[in-house]
Amino acid sequence: MQSSIVKKVLMALSGIFLMIFLLQHLSINLTSLIPDNGKTFNTISHFMGYNPLVQFVLQPILIFGVFFHFIMGLVLEYENRAARKQKYVYSNTRSSWISRNMIITGLVILSFLMLHFYDFWVPEIQYKYIDHGIHNSSKYFHELQEKFHGQTLRTILYCVSFILLGLHLNHGLSSSAQSVGAVKKENGRIRLLANIYSISITSGFIIVALYHYFV
Amino acid sequence: MDNKGQMLSIKELADMLNVSQKTIRRHINSGKIKSVKLGGVHRISREEVSTILEGEEIIEDQIINSGPAQEFPFPSKVPSGELKNKWSNHKGTINLVSPANKRNIDVIVVGTGLAGASASATLAELGYNVKAFCFQDSPRRAHSIAAQGGINASKNYQGDGDSDYRLFYDTIKGGDYRSREGNVYRLAEVSANIIDQCVAQGVPFARDYGGLLDNRSFGGVLVSRTFYAKGQTGQQLLLGAYSALNRQINRGKVEMFSRHEMMDLVIKDGKARGIISRNLINGKIERHGAHAVVIASGGYGNVFYLSTNAMGSNVTANWKVHKKGAFFANPCFTQIHPTCIPVSGDHQSKLTLMSESLRNDGRIWVPKIKEDAEKIRKKEIKPTEIAEENRDYYLERRYPAFGNLVPRDVASRAAKERCDAGYGVNKTGQAVYLDFAAAIERYGEEKAVSSGQDKNNRELVKKLGKEIIKAKYGNLFQMYEKIVDENPYETPMQIFPAVHYTMGGIWVDYNLMTTIPGCFAIGEANFSDHGANRLGASALMQGLADGYFVLPYTVGDYLANDIKTGKINTDTKEFDEAELSVKAFIKKIMSNKSGKSVDYYHRKLGKIMWEKCGMSRNAKDLKTAIKEIRKLRHDFYAGVFVPGSADNYNEELVKAGRVSDFLELGELFAIDALERNESCGGHFREEYQTPEGEALRNDEEFTFVSCWEHMGKDNRPKLNKEELKFDSVELKSRSYK
Amino acid sequence: MELLLKIWRQANGQKKGSMVNYEVKNIEPDMSFLEMLDILNQGLIETGEEPVAFDHDCREGICGMCSLVINGSPHGPDRGTTTCQLHMRRFKSGDTIYIEPFRGTAFPVVKDLVVDRSAFDRIQQSGGYVSINTSGNTVDANAAPIPKPDADEAFNAAACIGCGACVAACKNSSAMLFVGAKVSQYSRLPQGKVEAKERVINMVKQMDKEGFGNCTNTGACEAHCPKGISLENILNLNREYLKAKIIK
Repeated sequence: MQSSIVKKVLMALSGIFLMIFLLQHLSINLTSLIPDNGKTFNTISHFMGYNPLVQFVLQPILIFGVFFHFIMGLVLEYENRAARKQKYVYSNTRSSWISRNMIITGLVILSFLMLHFYDFWVPEIQYKYIDHGIHNSSKYFHELQEKFHGQTLRTILYCVSFILLGLHLNHGLSSSAQSVGAVKKENGRIRLLANIYSISITSGFIIVALYHYFV
Repeated sequence: MDNKGQMLSIKELADMLNVSQKTIRRHINSGKIKSVKLGGVHRISREEVSTILEGEEIIEDQIINSGPAQEFPFPSKVPSGELKNKWSNHKGTINLVSPANKRNIDVIVVGTGLAGASASATLAELGYNVKAFCFQDSPRRAHSIAAQGGINASKNYQGDGDSDYRLFYDTIKGGDYRSREGNVYRLAEVSANIIDQCVAQGVPFARDYGGLLDNRSFGGVLVSRTFYAKGQTGQQLLLGAYSALNRQINRGKVEMFSRHEMMDLVIKDGKARGIISRNLINGKIERHGAHAVVIASGGYGNVFYLSTNAMGSNVTANWKVHKKGAFFANPCFTQIHPTCIPVSGDHQSKLTLMSESLRNDGRIWVPKIKEDAEKIRKKEIKPTEIAEENRDYYLERRYPAFGNLVPRDVASRAAKERCDAGYGVNKTGQAVYLDFAAAIERYGEEKAVSSGQDKNNRELVKKLGKEIIKAKYGNLFQMYEKIVDENPYETPMQIFPAVHYTMGGIWVDYNLMTTIPGCFAIGEANFSDHGANRLGASALMQGLADGYFVLPYTVGDYLANDIKTGKINTDTKEFDEAELSVKAFIKKIMSNKSGKSVDYYHRKLGKIMWEKCGMSRNAKDLKTAIKEIRKLRHDFYAGVFVPGSADNYNEELVKAGRVSDFLELGELFAIDALERNESCGGHFREEYQTPEGEALRNDEEFTFVSCWEHMGKDNRPKLNKEELKFDSVELKSRSYK
Repeated sequence: MELLLKIWRQANGQKKGSMVNYEVKNIEPDMSFLEMLDILNQGLIETGEEPVAFDHDCREGICGMCSLVINGSPHGPDRGTTTCQLHMRRFKSGDTIYIEPFRGTAFPVVKDLVVDRSAFDRIQQSGGYVSINTSGNTVDANAAPIPKPDADEAFNAAACIGCGACVAACKNSSAMLFVGAKVSQYSRLPQGKVEAKERVINMVKQMDKEGFGNCTNTGACEAHCPKGISLENILNLNREYLKAKIIK
């Protein structure tokens, strides 16, 4: 953990893990677009909500992954700032805004996560473990619709966050590939993959949000 | 200026003219020098000084007459026996220091270029405690790094008939028979081992597709023996030596002092026992004791102000040891490199070399018709518009056997000859063309044929040819384009000779020891193995040979007698005195509160040197140069302004120290050039040339090394001659026709 | 041409620094950037002021001594160019030019624009070599052929001049490109493979100790490197490091 390379590799690995999770998350959300009145979506959501493997093994790992990625990001940011105490008066470096500002996009995503937890995760935990509500496999789709239908502010916040998430992922994916020593960041294939992935995630989530806003 | 500055005392005038006060008094008494008496002491006015400086006579008798040959006071220690056995016999018989004793012996190395870094690393590895010094911020920045073309070695990998003897012979001949046989043969002998060593260290030399080392050809030879790493051979070799040095620093065997300038040598009981250095960051004057001091601080080309040397390259370490008793050998032997980027204006601070390897493929020419040259200078026509038959490929014309690959001195003089005759091609008329069009065509056609494409497609051939030239010289072409703002793939390069390397330097014997016991000189700093002219790709070879393979052995011969000395005490009166004199100098140089910058004087010195002691020299100009340099030296102390303080980072102060040494060296340079009444190698005296304008050597009278002895501040330097004996080669007039 | 220069002045490492304005006149397009600073300094000396201190030596782009962040870019606006090779034809009369030192906690200011880059030396000392004796005889240079692509790759990595522009350009002042280049040079050659593990671990350890930041793959180092050292070297460094850590 002392070594800068170990830190960046762990950052990359936790990032890759979160990226896989996002893919899974998006796939489930997309099922809410299937015109079967939310049946598929409800089934999968119910499975995810009550399967003990998901609930008691994967969910804690996920939460740990999020926290780890977030804390490590802050640690790196702190160390990196300390590596240049006197800033440039005039700076003009040849690098992308996204790559230089992962901390900003990251913090926005973090605030979004809070909102997202407040919107979905907190009520769910409340329902399941505090109020001990009964198993209800048909409530998920309605909850989703409730949150978005006609809710302009929330929808805008979500969509903006998805865009920043996309930017974060775009650099994050190619950067992780480089950090773990797999392939150079500017490699054509990894750039393509990063573009496809980040655009899919962003547009996927936005489509889901907008769909439920309008429909 | 106050009144005091206008009038000189006898002492000041004597200093300025570099004569004794007695001489001045004699001339005052005889009425030749007019003085006024102020408060009972003689004072000489500025106007009078000018009159004296212009007058021929007084100065005339200052110039040294060498007189009859005297016994050379120091043996060269070249072992007897057959040429090719000398070094191995010598190694087998010289004294050694046991590993246990080496731990108790300290060696100081000044300079961390190829010679210094390799010597420091090797000495440390053998067990000595080394203190290495460099003025740069890191040992890796020494100017060896800028060497481009390559390094010679008699490996005979190409099977073209190369051998140690041939490398030896080429070097002796290239040096115009003014170097020491024994040393040169040893250099050739160890050259092959250098390549083995460097490869083992991980130096990435160029390789062919079979994975074996590649060679190229350099000027003055008929074989391909030059190993290279693109155009950055010096960089790669230096980084190799630097890595070896780093390994020893990591082991604690080398203590590295970066950003330190050597200010003086300390001698105790006739032996070199340490140095005084200045920490360039905080100005602290420090004492360092050691059992031996090795000077590896490079050459003094910057006496010309404009040269291909780095801005910081200086003669200070060499000059300090010279003033402490080491002989300075052949100071006038300077190499003017034929392929440099021409001067573009008065603002120029430094000249940039284009590697000699370019002459492998480039053809040098000027217009055959003077009117064409004039039009080019006025930019009325372009060089590419001049028809083939109207171009004068003067090297190919004059030297059909070697063509564009004649040695550097020959190529430089030929360029000057054409430019002086009015055929020069840039706006100043001081440039010739180096043209790659033919090489691009040739390579392009070869490539087209070998890759099965149409060789009659001119566009394609050109494109393929450019690619090959780019692979070979890409970085050089890019560098040229950055500086000149012209594309050398499309239009010929403009080149002109520039000061590049100094063959002269501190005199050393076969063991590389100077005339001061315990003080050694290696690499470009010594007068070395190159005689009156160095062949291309031989400087790197000599630096590494001295540092890796010669000095580490020969230093033991001296140190074997020093094993009982114990740690050198720096708390002695010799160190006190040396430190005081350094401090006094700094105080003196910083005493003016206003005036001209150091560079102002350095530029003036450079102009004198280039115009009067440059590519061609004559007695009249040399005499004038001596006078002018003396006057300039006087003006320097009276007028130089060094701002800032001495206890902080102060580049002006550092430069002032260096320029003050150049101002003394410059004079010795001119005296030496005047004294050598012959032309040989890089030293071309207009009075001594053949009807065709080739250098005319005088082996009868000048087959010796001029070894100048410093005789104290107010006295003339004394010329000692080390006769050169040639047993294995016959002295012939160099011919590259 | 005439220019307005805004230059960082700092008396020494202990004092605080600030930007100071200077005007220079009669600058010709054929001058190099450093010659322009020479002219400024000559003027300052003539008026009794201390000249601006800046590092420089070979002035032909190879020694790595020159530095300077010019208008926010290490080594100035041209790609693949060191400050000493930058020419004034790149600027127009009336331009304002900001000149700052290479900044990084591991590169403390010595004076004005001069910084201390000895951290790079210490990294090299920690393992940037092949442990072979220099005075002994070794095998013939052609005893082990090295495939041309490997030799070329090693050379490309070894072309690093150690100037520190990568650190200056990186928003985190990371030295990964420098270390990566050195590690890669040796990892591509058979001579370097023997000590590959210790080398990469020791060099990275020293790099971290010097106070350089962490690499976040922004790629600024490569884009500002005057010698075009590739980001590939950082990739290779990561790989070598992980290999050394995982395969004991």
